[in-house]
Amino acid sequence: MTAGSGSSPPQLEVRNVTLRFGGVTALDDVSFAVESGSIHAIIGPNGAGKTSMLNAVSGVYRPRQGRILLAGEDITRRSPHARTRLGLARTFQNIALFKGMTVLDNLLIGRHTHQRCGIWRGGIYYGPGRREEVAHRLVVEEIIDFLEIQHIRKQTVGTLAYGLQKRVELARALALEPKILLLDEPMAGMNAEEKEDMARFVIDANEDRGTTVVMIEHDMGVVMDVSRRVVVLNFGRKIGDGTPDEIKRDPRVQHAYLGQEDAAADRRKAAAGGA
Amino acid sequence: MAAGSGDRSLLPPFGRGVVNESAADSHASPKRRQEGPDPRPTAANDPSTAPLAPAPDLDTFPKLLVAAAARLGARTALREKDLGIWQETSWRQYHDHVRDFSLGLAALGLRRGDKVAIIGDNRPEWVYAELAAQGAGATSVGIYQDSNLVEVAYVIDHSDAVFVVAEDQEQVDKILDMIEKLPKVKNVIYSDPRGMRHYRHPALISFAAVEERGRALGQSQPRLWAESVAAGRADDVAIICYTSGTTGFPKGAMLTFRNLLTMAASLNQVDAKLPGDEFVSFLPLAWIGEQMMSLASSLALGFTVNFPEEPATVMEDIREIGPHIMFAPPRIWENVNSMVQVKIMDTTRAKRLLYELCMPVGYRVADLRFARRPVPLAWRAAWLLAHGLLFRALKDRLGLSHIRSCSTGGAPLGPDVFRFFHAIGVPLKQIYGQTEISGISCIHADDDIQFHTVGRPIPGTELTISEQGEILSRSPSVFAGYYKNEAASRETLAGGWLHSGDAGYLTEDGHLVVIDRMKDVMQLAGGASYSPQYVENRLKFSPYVKEAVVIGKDRPYLTAMLCIDMAIVGKWAETHRLGYTTYTDLSAKGEVYDLLHREVEKVNETLPAAARIQRFVLLYKELDADDEELTRTRKVRRAFVEERYQEVIAALYAAAPAPVPIDAVIRFQDGKTARIQTTLEVREVLPAAR
Repeated sequence: MTAGSGSSPPQLEVRNVTLRFGGVTALDDVSFAVESGSIHAIIGPNGAGKTSMLNAVSGVYRPRQGRILLAGEDITRRSPHARTRLGLARTFQNIALFKGMTVLDNLLIGRHTHQRCGIWRGGIYYGPGRREEVAHRLVVEEIIDFLEIQHIRKQTVGTLAYGLQKRVELARALALEPKILLLDEPMAGMNAEEKEDMARFVIDANEDRGTTVVMIEHDMGVVMDVSRRVVVLNFGRKIGDGTPDEIKRDPRVQHAYLGQEDAAADRRKAAAGGA
Repeated sequence: MAAGSGDRSLLPPFGRGVVNESAADSHASPKRRQEGPDPRPTAANDPSTAPLAPAPDLDTFPKLLVAAAARLGARTALREKDLGIWQETSWRQYHDHVRDFSLGLAALGLRRGDKVAIIGDNRPEWVYAELAAQGAGATSVGIYQDSNLVEVAYVIDHSDAVFVVAEDQEQVDKILDMIEKLPKVKNVIYSDPRGMRHYRHPALISFAAVEERGRALGQSQPRLWAESVAAGRADDVAIICYTSGTTGFPKGAMLTFRNLLTMAASLNQVDAKLPGDEFVSFLPLAWIGEQMMSLASSLALGFTVNFPEEPATVMEDIREIGPHIMFAPPRIWENVNSMVQVKIMDTTRAKRLLYELCMPVGYRVADLRFARRPVPLAWRAAWLLAHGLLFRALKDRLGLSHIRSCSTGGAPLGPDVFRFFHAIGVPLKQIYGQTEISGISCIHADDDIQFHTVGRPIPGTELTISEQGEILSRSPSVFAGYYKNEAASRETLAGGWLHSGDAGYLTEDGHLVVIDRMKDVMQLAGGASYSPQYVENRLKFSPYVKEAVVIGKDRPYLTAMLCIDMAIVGKWAETHRLGYTTYTDLSAKGEVYDLLHREVEKVNETLPAAARIQRFVLLYKELDADDEELTRTRKVRRAFVEERYQEVIAALYAAAPAPVPIDAVIRFQDGKTARIQTTLEVREVLPAAR
């Protein structure tokens, strides 16, 4: 999978990554590359290793073997916050926001890694500290405008509806102004309308802000509509990698992923027939 | 949620305690109420604050704008909240935008007498576009921003618009979807480029690019703008307002500058607005009420118009601005009132006690004032105390601290809501009028408010009641006719009077009382006459009822179809530990039926026996303009609704109340549809005395 412009290295490259927990192999020699400006989906049945893959990329887990490269730079041994500084941001499957703080404060925290003033200059709030804070507020306000969350700017995150919290989490990730954005099931638990909004925001983030997106998602409709490339994992192995159309036609993928549904449907039919 | 999602709630829940202003927040709002006294200059001899003398030569909007730019220059004309900050536009900048855009349109081929359609939320670009069109001798046609594809296309096509100014991707999509059917449209101009990076349609051009062209033209022909403005005449058609009639296709009412400016001047005589006043523009600019205030009155009197950040932030933005002038239809005031009641139910016992102590004082004083009786000193003192303890804080929370001129119009407002606002010291007035008379013919005077009336005619307006009981009016503000609809114009203006279609009568002291639409005053099969709207308004005063349709014409008794208020009933369900998923689910709950049953019983007590509701259903969806059940100004289209829900109505009049199976399709703004399947319970309120 070395397609693309050739001259510049891919935005994210995963090379032969293997991740083990005791005797369990969560990821087994997985490799793929994400071109700059792409929307890349990772799909697979439950327990396939999708979130493990994202955790390995964001630095929560350290792979046993293999390397992870961000724009050609090896980050395998870097800490999560160092990766953040290099332009990596993520959201979580279970929302990880500060529930007692306002939306605005949560987003400003997202700007923390870009803050140059320390506790003293920031605390005095005059001169550089003030200028910096105003600049960060501007970035945050642009994201608030971008994600259409003006009306909840000053509300406490914990009081918001689930769909809005998901949107705030995306906003916080965008507040980092990342080069690459990792989304772990951004549409899980949403209704059709919220999903459509979220899909539009992901596309806008990709097109208008030029953010490369890597996303785990279960909703096949969204995956096929939104993503440019799809990586399929099954039992920790990569079994497919291609455009959505290629993936749909790939017999291995059909067998491992979609085939399961057929089997499940068959079982249901059998059960219904038996009853 | 289903169809409810199409409704842009203008009033989000408000009052989340004292807003915590973090350090970074201090640049967010330039106009903090903590700044102390009202910053407006008060010197009466300051020429720029003196009310504009009615200058006979300033007889069009663009002429007024040019004069205001010269006179008020750097003062704030418009304010828009963007990125959390109130961004100001001076009268000079306002004028320059209009000039550039106007010349830009001329460069693109706009000629005098052409039409320019405008669609979008309330933003400065909306008013720039309108004034620019008028400055070039063209007519502005506003389109309700939540209109669906078919409605948008109808108005654009029927008005012969050659340019469409659309706010953003959402609106541009509607127009581009129908562009093949709109051959008269030369260009679609958008002001917000967000999400349109890959749009390549040849007719598309950005607002900024049009202004750029205008600047270029202005440089090569420096006198063009002044000449173009000077060529405008008072009797030119300024705007065409498409009235979303409750029946049939909308009709385009043509209003001239003379119509609109005499209206503004006459209204100002009885309800004064001052230069430097603040006004928040949050209702559709396509609506005559918003044209009255944000355009005609603002240009004539020089007050500041503020545009909220988003429809969802309106309440908060009103609070930040603290407007002096407010004009809103009843549903806004009703929402504010019911929100207050809900918050009071939710609050601590001490605060509730305070509320229950203070409100009776407010009501007592308000009632004395309504009766035009002197208020005894003791009651005045008590009111002042209650004001200090409660009303002042409440008004601040609602953004009504500075309010001086506030009115409601478009539909009748329940007396209880009226009393509520007067009790806390908000001098709410009723306005009555039609689009065809530039929005207003009657208003309450400051010291003469009777909540069952709509006040007296404004200066220059003659009013009479026809033999059939129809309200007729005549004034210089009566419109020039419907665009391309001679027959309807003749009918509406028969005999030189504007036929309102409303039934009403005049009281002995000259106040007008509006009963209902002529065609809506109905008779029961038994012969008793009743006004469904009256009953509906009583029902809608319940905070739990969002919309009510009362049926009874030629039937033995009255029944009602109610739509619950999702926000408030949802809250009620939460506090009563009642789980629910969607609007449909919530409205079908037995407990919710019981709740509404009690509300209907309460209303029944206030009604004469013949006009009591005997059965009701809770509809499975909110009535929605996208489903053509409401007009864009949210009036019920009765005939359509009765047609659409005929099975439900049949069940309401069945011998024994039985559940109705429902299988319906609802439509969203973008033309998509969804299907609802459910069963509807029919609830009997009064025992069958039939």
